[in-house]
Amino acid sequence: MKKSAFLGALAATTVIAGAAMAGTLDDVKARGELICGSNTGLTGFGTPDANGNWTGFDVDLCRALAAAIFGDPTKVKFIPTTGETRFTALQSGEVDVLIRNSTWTFSRDTELALDFVAVNYYDGQGFMVKKDLGVSSAKELDGATVCIQTGTTTELNLADFFKQNNISYQPVTVADDSEAQRQFLAGACDAYTTDASGLAASRATMPDGDQYIILPEIISKEPLGPVVRHGDNNWGDVVRWTFNALLIAEEKGVTKANVAEVAASSQDEEVKRLLGVSGDMGAKIGLPNEAFKNAIAAVGNYGEVFASNIGEGTAINLARGLNALWTQGGLQYAAPFR
Amino acid sequence: MALASDVPKDSFRLSMLIYDTRYRSITIQVFVLLLVGLFLAWLLQNTAANLAARGKEFNFGFLWQRAGYDIGQQLIPYTNDSTHFRALLVGLLNTLAVAVLGCILATVLGVLVGVLRLSNNWLVSRLMTIYVEALRNVPLLLWILLTYVILSEATPQPRDFRITDEMAAAGEAPAASMILFDTVAVTNRGTNVPAPMFTRGLGMLDLGPLSINLTTLAFLIVLGGSIWAYRSLKASADATQEESGVRPTTWWQSLLIMVLPVSLLSAALGLHWEIPELKGFNFAGGILVAHSFTALLVALALYTSAFIAEIVRAGIQAISRGQSEAAFALGLRPGRTMNLVILPQALRVIIPPLISQYLNLTKNTSLGIAVSYLDLRGTLGGITLNQTGRELECMLLMMAIYLTISLIISAVMNFYNASVQLKAR
Ligand SMILES: N[C@@H](CCC(=O)N[C@@H](CS)C(=O)NCC(=O)O)C(=O)O
Repeated sequence: MKKSAFLGALAATTVIAGAAMAGTLDDVKARGELICGSNTGLTGFGTPDANGNWTGFDVDLCRALAAAIFGDPTKVKFIPTTGETRFTALQSGEVDVLIRNSTWTFSRDTELALDFVAVNYYDGQGFMVKKDLGVSSAKELDGATVCIQTGTTTELNLADFFKQNNISYQPVTVADDSEAQRQFLAGACDAYTTDASGLAASRATMPDGDQYIILPEIISKEPLGPVVRHGDNNWGDVVRWTFNALLIAEEKGVTKANVAEVAASSQDEEVKRLLGVSGDMGAKIGLPNEAFKNAIAAVGNYGEVFASNIGEGTAINLARGLNALWTQGGLQYAAPFR
Repeated sequence: MALASDVPKDSFRLSMLIYDTRYRSITIQVFVLLLVGLFLAWLLQNTAANLAARGKEFNFGFLWQRAGYDIGQQLIPYTNDSTHFRALLVGLLNTLAVAVLGCILATVLGVLVGVLRLSNNWLVSRLMTIYVEALRNVPLLLWILLTYVILSEATPQPRDFRITDEMAAAGEAPAASMILFDTVAVTNRGTNVPAPMFTRGLGMLDLGPLSINLTTLAFLIVLGGSIWAYRSLKASADATQEESGVRPTTWWQSLLIMVLPVSLLSAALGLHWEIPELKGFNFAGGILVAHSFTALLVALALYTSAFIAEIVRAGIQAISRGQSEAAFALGLRPGRTMNLVILPQALRVIIPPLISQYLNLTKNTSLGIAVSYLDLRGTLGGITLNQTGRELECMLLMMAIYLTISLIISAVMNFYNASVQLKAR
């Protein structure tokens, strides 16, 4: 994994300009497989199970994309990336799309020449500590040793937070979540900080998860979403509208189970366009007309994806919160399918 | 009789470039040079075109922007408000610290082991064989990880040092305690050692991006002066010995020269030691030597020492037995024979391969990434590269820096090598 940052950096500058820039959709179709940049392993978001099958909230969006393009959610290959290697992997063309808890920021959008085409999880950075440390607020962490993943926004937020509160800390820089967990569980750091969703996911896999608490402070905005290379707008549209389709499906009550039946019977014009019954929305962006129907049939609507991977009742047990639909007081709001 | 020089000179024809052996090799070299040049030009052009296509320009300006991240181990002052360049310097110094200390440790250990391996004592020589073979036949990365895991798993957490009120009342001792007269604390995070403090320190000299700690500078100057004085004392003792055959007693003078000036300076600047103390989550005060540093240093030194031991052994064995027999016949003791006769000659054989061991060790410091040691690779080639997205610039800069360090080491060692060569008298 470390090496791929180097190779990727070289590759990023030596591949022929045209190949990686335009026509990602054509490349994917020609290859017969989507390549999706994923986590190295974050339970609930993207992780391979014992049989090597990838599952998770982010993984399901990759599957939805594969279903939209090929009508088959299994035609996708997952490439694990760390916080450090992920953007290089995307820029060099090693992956077609990166769906891996990545925060949309100004510099990534501009300087790194990437495009964040949607926000599939509104998050913020939090801290996790051992219960018996006796800390109830992040502001009490003066002098603490903090585990932090390198190459992330959280690394910079952490520095800002401690500076603004005039307290000090000792950073322990780690490459990925599993190393952070190892150090944290061994007591090599007092606190572990990353996206709150990541903390919850991490805690769910710890042997004695109830020994740890997530502190109340959320110190940043972390809008996480799928990322594509800047400059291939059509491919960006494909990813954005596949995600939007899952949102609208939830809004309209279209589910994995009833999608075929709704397609046959619905009188709602937007639903008919969404499922390819009327209009040619899919064809307009180079997909089959029933692309979004296939995506919904493969993974379910946004609410189902959320509930089955990270929602209440799962090991991760996250509330919808900001990620509820706009009609239910959340921020998830898709542009109309028209 | 026709002499060779009488052969009539042919006038030059183009076909001779290929068929005449005098010209052919030049033709081939020019051709290959052209190809290499073309290849480089293609690479450059391709890089430029691709950068342009991504809307990225090649620019080192980012080095002067705010870095925004924190670094655990810093040998020069650094905060997250410092520039990326400053972060680069912090990383570079961390690299150099491990490299320099590692080379010294590896040399000392390596020479010792190499000499002992030739010992006539069966047990000692076998033990040294095991040392060498075990260390050099396991990948370095594993040694680094092993050392790190041992250091961080076998040591207590900082809070094990705490004495609560109830414990004090019950007369219980904490689970862990400090060592060396309560001055050093080894936790699972690092080793906290006392820090030298100066009541009358000399402050900092600010030179733009560089600032120099004047107190450190003063110590370096005084130490340099002491060493110089010590060497001239030794030289004059040598001269007296050459003349009269009697070596004057100099040990107390040398001791005075080495110890007195530094002590005086320390006293003048008000040196005192800050002892680490458990405060809150961690030990505060003193200096924290993180386990990532210790593990990297120890593993690098041990691993490289095994190779150096072999080099030293080969060097010693390259000196003919006659040399030591002659030295014994003159009545030199084995220790002196080694120091005065064998080692000086063996050095000629030892130094060239030793240079490449030093180079290896220096480059191997970049394996520190395995234990999250923030060296040059970790700062410039890691966090800076990632946060700015300047892959090409960072990689090229990093390669240039490693190359420069290596060339400097080679140059210095070659210079030293030249000075120990046999001189024709
Ligand atoms: N959202 C932040 C942090 C992303 C991040 O690294 N998240 C962690 C934990 S939420 C992660 O995905 N770790 C899993 C892994 O290392 O594979 C960013 O984009 O910089």
